[in-house]
Amino acid sequence: MIELPTLGWQSIVILVVFGVSLLIATYCTYAERVIAAFLQDRVGPDRAGPFGLLQPLADAVKLFTKEEFFPAGANRALFVMGPCLAMITALMSSAVIPFGNVVQFGSNVFNLQGIEVNIGMLWVFGIVSLGVYGVMIGGWASNNKFSLLGAIRAGSQNISYELAMGMSLIAVLMISGTLSLRDITLQQSAPGEWHFWNIVKQPLGFIIFLVCAFAETNRTPFDLPECETELVGGYHTEYSSMKMGLYLFAEYVNVFVASAVMSVLYFGGFNFPFQYELRSWLVDSQGWELVSAQNLISVLGLLGLFGKIFAFIFFFMWVRWTLPRFRYDQLMRLGWTILIPLAIFNIVLTGGLLLAGVINFGVIK
Amino acid sequence: MQSLSNRAKVLEKKPLTLAERAYLPAIFQGLSITLRHFFMKKATIRYPEETRPFSPIFRGLHVLKRDEQGRERCTACGLCAVACPAEAITMVAGERKKGEEGLYREEKYAVSYEINMLRCIFCGLCEEACPKAAVYLQADKMAPPRFERDEFIYGKDRLVEPVSPDARSARGIQLTPEQATALSQKTSPQLS
Repeated sequence: MIELPTLGWQSIVILVVFGVSLLIATYCTYAERVIAAFLQDRVGPDRAGPFGLLQPLADAVKLFTKEEFFPAGANRALFVMGPCLAMITALMSSAVIPFGNVVQFGSNVFNLQGIEVNIGMLWVFGIVSLGVYGVMIGGWASNNKFSLLGAIRAGSQNISYELAMGMSLIAVLMISGTLSLRDITLQQSAPGEWHFWNIVKQPLGFIIFLVCAFAETNRTPFDLPECETELVGGYHTEYSSMKMGLYLFAEYVNVFVASAVMSVLYFGGFNFPFQYELRSWLVDSQGWELVSAQNLISVLGLLGLFGKIFAFIFFFMWVRWTLPRFRYDQLMRLGWTILIPLAIFNIVLTGGLLLAGVINFGVIK
Repeated sequence: MQSLSNRAKVLEKKPLTLAERAYLPAIFQGLSITLRHFFMKKATIRYPEETRPFSPIFRGLHVLKRDEQGRERCTACGLCAVACPAEAITMVAGERKKGEEGLYREEKYAVSYEINMLRCIFCGLCEEACPKAAVYLQADKMAPPRFERDEFIYGKDRLVEPVSPDARSARGIQLTPEQATALSQKTSPQLS
């Protein structure tokens, strides 16, 4: 008998996470334009609402009212399925990310996380690697050479970089000894330490992971699947209206999820420095109850995690408007001959350091 | 081979150092440049709210000036039309009738005076050529865009500096009723 997680509270959390991911993805479009503008000494959209904050709504209305176009000779079913798949896979992976520690009301303890599964990391990577199907199917069903080229590029790029990504992850798993994202987060919160984040133990692994995350989300400098200078629009050349919008949206949801995963794996997730000092200070000298102090810490940690996520999203956009696109052979060479050997070296190095006792296995406190 | 100017430099292609090959330092250099631009003052002028200030010597839309008593200065000598490199100015001269002394300064005046703003290059040579200081290019006004080409031909109705009949009578200038109606038709521009 498989024990299912309780669904009452968790389904609410999942709905909230779903909504929040969509909201963040929506405002990513706005942030992208504003950041792009600021990096180029412009001001960006500022007409719709205060500071242009209603711009995403205007964009959505525009996309919805565009013509639904089906190219001649396209496989209609698959053509519709492509963007749906891209969106579904992008949204599914955020369910297992621990957004906050527990909060307790009376005797009810709530996890600020969609589903706690002990294979959270595998789930995320399984879903993320499915994401390439949305791109592949969409590109293939368009019956267009540019779309097909973009889709093939996306496929080969994602598969190549998933290898290095997985290997850089293995080093994290060697330290943590668990696949549960919650446990990995909790291990990075040893009381009395502040240098507990995995980035300290895994700097090389983080850089590899970061580069691969850029490639996995098809962001510049690895946005070859949709590079407009060579492939018109890449895999979404033939898409119009909200189907096009879903592809663009899925990219931003992917950016959000990748940022969240990086924050959880390497930057302590919902932990923040001096949280235990703050909690004991509240309990000891302010006379708070332990439960309410912990609730406050959890909420602050939730906000902290979102701060980290937003910082990563900003970094994604910052890089996009700084670096030019890689050439395709450079992309493949970087993936196969540099990142994968580096990742293997990182695994060996981590193993050696673990054996030598320089870094410790994670211990859940 | 020696170069003719002796200024050619022979460049050696050095192999990349490890830091250069790692590419990351270069990336951080680039990121720091873009981040600096992130905090820089923006070049954008938010147009309807802000407008770009004109230069004080900007040459914009023409105006035909009046003198202190409100009379048209132009005597239709044609020097502006001669000076105009784009041949944008045409005029018809006429003789001032008796009783029109309050309207025109000299005995000869321009019955019609037209500037084609599509031909005009706003060089200001007409302004320099005018011996009566009658035509000026305003520093704060531009010829606005229009839908029809003939709307760009500005006649006296739109060129002459407006002055209301009341302002003229306040200066003690006597006008016949016909002159007053003629003037009010001239000074309130009737755009087609």
